[in-house]
Amino acid sequence: MTTLTTDNAHNPVVDDNKVLGPNDNAYQDPTHRAPLVTGKHDFNSITQTVTDLSLRKTPKAWYVAFVISNALLVMFLYCIFELLTKGTGVWGNNNPVAWGFPIVNFVFWVGIGHAGTLISAILFLFRQNWRTSINRFAEAMTIFAVVCAGSFPALHVGRPWLAYWLFPIPNQMDMWPQFRSPLLWDVFAVNTYATVSLLFWYVGMIPDLATLRDRCSNKIGQFFYGLFSLGWTGSSRHWHRYEKAYLLLAALATPLVLSVHSVVSFDFATSQLPGWHTTIFPPYFVAGAVFGGFAMVVTLAVPARQWFGLKDFITMRHLENMNKIILGTGMIVGYAYTTEFFTAWYSGHHFEQFAFLNRPFGPYSWAFIVMFCCNVFAPQLFWFKKCRTSIPVMLFVAMCVNVGMWFERFVIVTTSLHRDFLPSSWDMFVPTRIDIMMLIGSFGLFFTLFLLFCRFLPMVAISEVKNVTPQAHPHHHHDDGDEANKGGHH
Amino acid sequence: MVLGMPTNKPQTEPKLVAMLAEFDSVDSILAASEKVRDAGYTKWDTHTPFPVHGIDDAMGIKPTILPWLVLGGGITGCLGGLALAWYTNAFEYPFLTSGKPQFSLPANIPVIFETTVLLAAFGAVFGMLGLNRLPWHYNPLFKKKGFARVTNDRFVVVIEASDPLFDKTRTGDLLSSLGAICVEEVED
Repeated sequence: MTTLTTDNAHNPVVDDNKVLGPNDNAYQDPTHRAPLVTGKHDFNSITQTVTDLSLRKTPKAWYVAFVISNALLVMFLYCIFELLTKGTGVWGNNNPVAWGFPIVNFVFWVGIGHAGTLISAILFLFRQNWRTSINRFAEAMTIFAVVCAGSFPALHVGRPWLAYWLFPIPNQMDMWPQFRSPLLWDVFAVNTYATVSLLFWYVGMIPDLATLRDRCSNKIGQFFYGLFSLGWTGSSRHWHRYEKAYLLLAALATPLVLSVHSVVSFDFATSQLPGWHTTIFPPYFVAGAVFGGFAMVVTLAVPARQWFGLKDFITMRHLENMNKIILGTGMIVGYAYTTEFFTAWYSGHHFEQFAFLNRPFGPYSWAFIVMFCCNVFAPQLFWFKKCRTSIPVMLFVAMCVNVGMWFERFVIVTTSLHRDFLPSSWDMFVPTRIDIMMLIGSFGLFFTLFLLFCRFLPMVAISEVKNVTPQAHPHHHHDDGDEANKGGHH
Repeated sequence: MVLGMPTNKPQTEPKLVAMLAEFDSVDSILAASEKVRDAGYTKWDTHTPFPVHGIDDAMGIKPTILPWLVLGGGITGCLGGLALAWYTNAFEYPFLTSGKPQFSLPANIPVIFETTVLLAAFGAVFGMLGLNRLPWHYNPLFKKKGFARVTNDRFVVVIEASDPLFDKTRTGDLLSSLGAICVEEVED
């Protein structure tokens, strides 16, 4: 099976440029492995393209975007101020629907935070080399999404200044958290996930920070890139341990990423509430998180490759692969939605059946319809290659999924809580001004962090991309080292 | 790994600490590494912009003990998580909730799992940094202007002066014979 080795990637019989144009590597030719990086890049041009994004003068458009994100962030902070000074009454949360927007937003953001580690860890373990161009980007997205996610449960505890009670810290009350509660599991899961994702992201970035250190010409940049690159010299003895550490981190992060959203789903599944108390939740939540996370990666990657000139690295094939994952996980999500109805019917349980009739036909049916259309119908477009490789179509579908996945959590939280067992305790949930401003404001926090990342840090994993180019592979240097040195390969 | 170690003596005149040879391709660095290895040098290294496939064999790098550190971190995390849950909920502060047992393994597995992964990950990251002696911001190699290209597109062989086989002329000749773009002395 020599046709499947990377050495054959530049089989002279097939010219990349002739198949479908210079930047198109989305063709299917089983005799020829499509290149992961298009354009005629050598090591230096890869370095140049990526580091210039961090080292050039700040473009005006960046300031515009940064001011807008900051305005939204200020709005978010204002909402927190309102909450702290007036209390949880500023939210629409009421007695049956005690979770309301904060938990919907929490699950939404944690879900988005899954694609990064999935791309980094799982695709790495499966040797899916196409991850190299998008992993840095997606990992950054993960961390910022988890920051947004973490702020909601911390604020939702009611008295956020006592949020440290969530952690097992010795205190004057001689009390400890309850380790049998899924809410405490969540504290551990989300914090572990945030920490390990941050380490994974940072460790992956050390060699690239060293590249920036060596190319930066201003003193402040040299100091900070130098500080955070830890004196990296690219030593092969270091690379050896570094690669092992990266592999082990990937192996650790893989079960972790699956566990985090499972634990989040336990918050729901271990309760007695119809609509929540179901064993399908862990796999269904994980698939939904991957689905929503990839949609967010596509949403961010499409404009980024355009604006930052990264089309050679984030190629159409990358986007198409992500769209395939969106289609696949979207099908799992659709299957889970349907199975829930079957289970409710099959259970013969009065309250369970009511909860699932109330979803599509109750007062929140509009939210259910939005969720179902966005998450199940919209991705079906990706069955067609034309749609998978069309920028407007994939942006449309990704936006549908972003909206749909938020509504999924809204449907799960609200429809299950607002009409539980006793009709006398039923009530409707109506979000307040602050609820909506907080949701929008959290995007301000997310984009502020993301823009800072795009401005100052290497957006593409430089050393990893170099490693998947054909020049990075040795060519029988024992016998004909000289010939290879002459560059006869290209 | 003596390179870059600070000496307590005040430095008066620059001292030769290593010889450096630059290469411009994966194939040439691999061929050069094999020759340096076969010449019997022990205190030497190559510096590359990305992990070069096959360089471990070409240089004779032994497998790292890092996986054991990760295992140690994982076991510590596992036992620590178990001890934390048992100590706080079954021993120090027993509190009856919904008639659940004071301590049962299944209810504690999620937290134990998370602490296991967390400490194993610490083992991987801090173990790797520790074994690589990083952070180490002072390094005489950084004084060489050409060395900055090692994080871009250059491949460098460095033989340290502290190597028992090191001899300025002979080591220099060896490096020149490998087809290097240039051979330089590194002083500290």
